[in-house]
Amino acid sequence: MLILENLIMKYGSGDLALNGVSLRFDKGEIVALIGPSGAGKSTLIRCVNRLVEPTSGSIDVNGKNIASLKGTELRRARRKIGMIFQEYALVERLTVMENILSGRLGYMGFWKSWFRKFSSGDVAKALNLLERVGLSEHFDKRADALSGGQRQRVGIARALLQEPDLLLVDEPTASLDPKTARQIMRLIKELCSERNLLAVINLHDVGLAKMFSDRIIGLRKGRVVFDDTPDELNDTILTEIYGEEDWSGSADKKKVSAQVREHKHMESMDYALAND
Amino acid sequence: MPLMKRNGAVCWVPRDSKKQLVIWFGWFIGIMLVFLCWQSISAKTMWVFAADAPEQLRLMLMRMFPPKLEYMDKLWKPLWDTLNIATLGTLLGVIIAVPVASAAALNTTPSKRLVRPLAMVILVSSRSVNSLIWAILLVTIVGPGILAGIIAIALRSIGFVGKLLYEAIEEIDKTQVEAVTATGAAPAQVFSYGIVPQIMPAFAGISLYRWDINIRESTILGYVGAGGIGLNLSSSLSILAWSQVSLILIAVLITVVASEWISARVRSRLI
Ligand SMILES: Nc1ncnc2c1ncn2[C@@H]1O[C@H](COP(=O)(O)OP(=O)(O)OP(=O)(O)O)[C@@H](O)[C@H]1O
Ligand SMILES: [Mg+2]
Repeated sequence: MLILENLIMKYGSGDLALNGVSLRFDKGEIVALIGPSGAGKSTLIRCVNRLVEPTSGSIDVNGKNIASLKGTELRRARRKIGMIFQEYALVERLTVMENILSGRLGYMGFWKSWFRKFSSGDVAKALNLLERVGLSEHFDKRADALSGGQRQRVGIARALLQEPDLLLVDEPTASLDPKTARQIMRLIKELCSERNLLAVINLHDVGLAKMFSDRIIGLRKGRVVFDDTPDELNDTILTEIYGEEDWSGSADKKKVSAQVREHKHMESMDYALAND
Repeated sequence: MPLMKRNGAVCWVPRDSKKQLVIWFGWFIGIMLVFLCWQSISAKTMWVFAADAPEQLRLMLMRMFPPKLEYMDKLWKPLWDTLNIATLGTLLGVIIAVPVASAAALNTTPSKRLVRPLAMVILVSSRSVNSLIWAILLVTIVGPGILAGIIAIALRSIGFVGKLLYEAIEEIDKTQVEAVTATGAAPAQVFSYGIVPQIMPAFAGISLYRWDINIRESTILGYVGAGGIGLNLSSSLSILAWSQVSLILIAVLITVVASEWISARVRSRLI
């Protein structure tokens, strides 16, 4: 349902962020996109809803080439693509309810949205989602009065209220603690499988990627270097994606225990000298 | 080149010596300028007149005191006019400033080549002409009275409010705007959901601040026939009715203090 073909993105600064990416995604897949900083993960998902303009290549969503759309056509395509951001990107001075309901903007006229005249159907759906993400009692709070985890839940509800066909998620957990991060990932996964949604999720945390995705794509310097199930991801491949590193951490452990032994030795010497 | 080697040790100085020299030279020029200006002023002043300034001040204060309180009956109407000129002028100016500011801000302008320079020209020309000059021009165009005052205040406010507002628009958080764009919202909706909430506090603060300034400015517009209490001030001065002048000055003072108090209160509520 989402097909990228030979996608190339060159920023004005000369950075070749995507260097010929071709990928195919199906309905209902949860895909994790991993890769070192600067690999082009954010660029890739931002090309899909055209927050950045790809230099060349095609982006096919449900048989329509997004890359060539303009104006109203582009907005119609965008409302079927939900997006969740790392820093939540809520409108800080609007309430939780206004933020969630802004997922319906693409479906209504300007004056109705200006006077906040959302249809009762939209409001009911928003309240449902609010309950689903566990924020019912916070509906009238301003977004800047919420914690990080709560904000991300609002972000998720806003994206889902669009009734999208696919979900683009850019590092949803990067600013959250490990427990909240897992809860948020679980929530996204559940909501997607309920709706049979495709989700493309950028992740820095390989552990989370393995835990929650059906498929992992490794990106390096704007190229796909790995595309398989999480089970196939091993240390050799991680090195290929991220570069040389000690993945199991065994060398560090050895070093640390050596230091500890050294320290113990010094202490006993101190003790011996003090009692001399 | 703030890091240097001196006697083998690395030391850090905020400026290198060339820059330091330029700064000293700047000070030298500045002091020379003050000296020259003083000489010129001194040569053109008749010190005989300046010498009895304290005596003249004492005489003027004596004639001003006590203020002629009965005159207040004739001041209520012009005072009310003054408030109206300031308030309606600010309102009109703000209404025009919003579209001009969004045309001038880099991140909202419809065209950087054509519309933005045009908006900039509007802002600069509005700001470079004093309200009093605008009033003189408008009295000749629309005739004397409140209308000229309102338009004069509005014209001057466009530049002030517009400039500060477009700077506020350029400083907003881009990701909030992106998030609204990503929902498929139309440009006008992106503006009203992504940008308006972010600039609202700045907008309210700027408008109130300008209203405050406009109250002060509108007290002198009557001097050139653009309505308000300035007319009474000019006529009282021309007939040397010092006790009326002092009453007018007190009335203006109270109005200005009250308006500053109100705008400070409202602003602290909003932010
Ligand atoms: N707005 C921009 N203008 C110019 N260059 C950019 C811009 N955004 C990204 N780049 C460049 O494109 C390349 C890919 O950036 P991108 O943000 O897609 O990486 P990423 O994989 O998301 O990294 P991270 O994990 O740090 O978020 C980088 O070299 C970056 O410098
Ligand atoms: Mg990124």
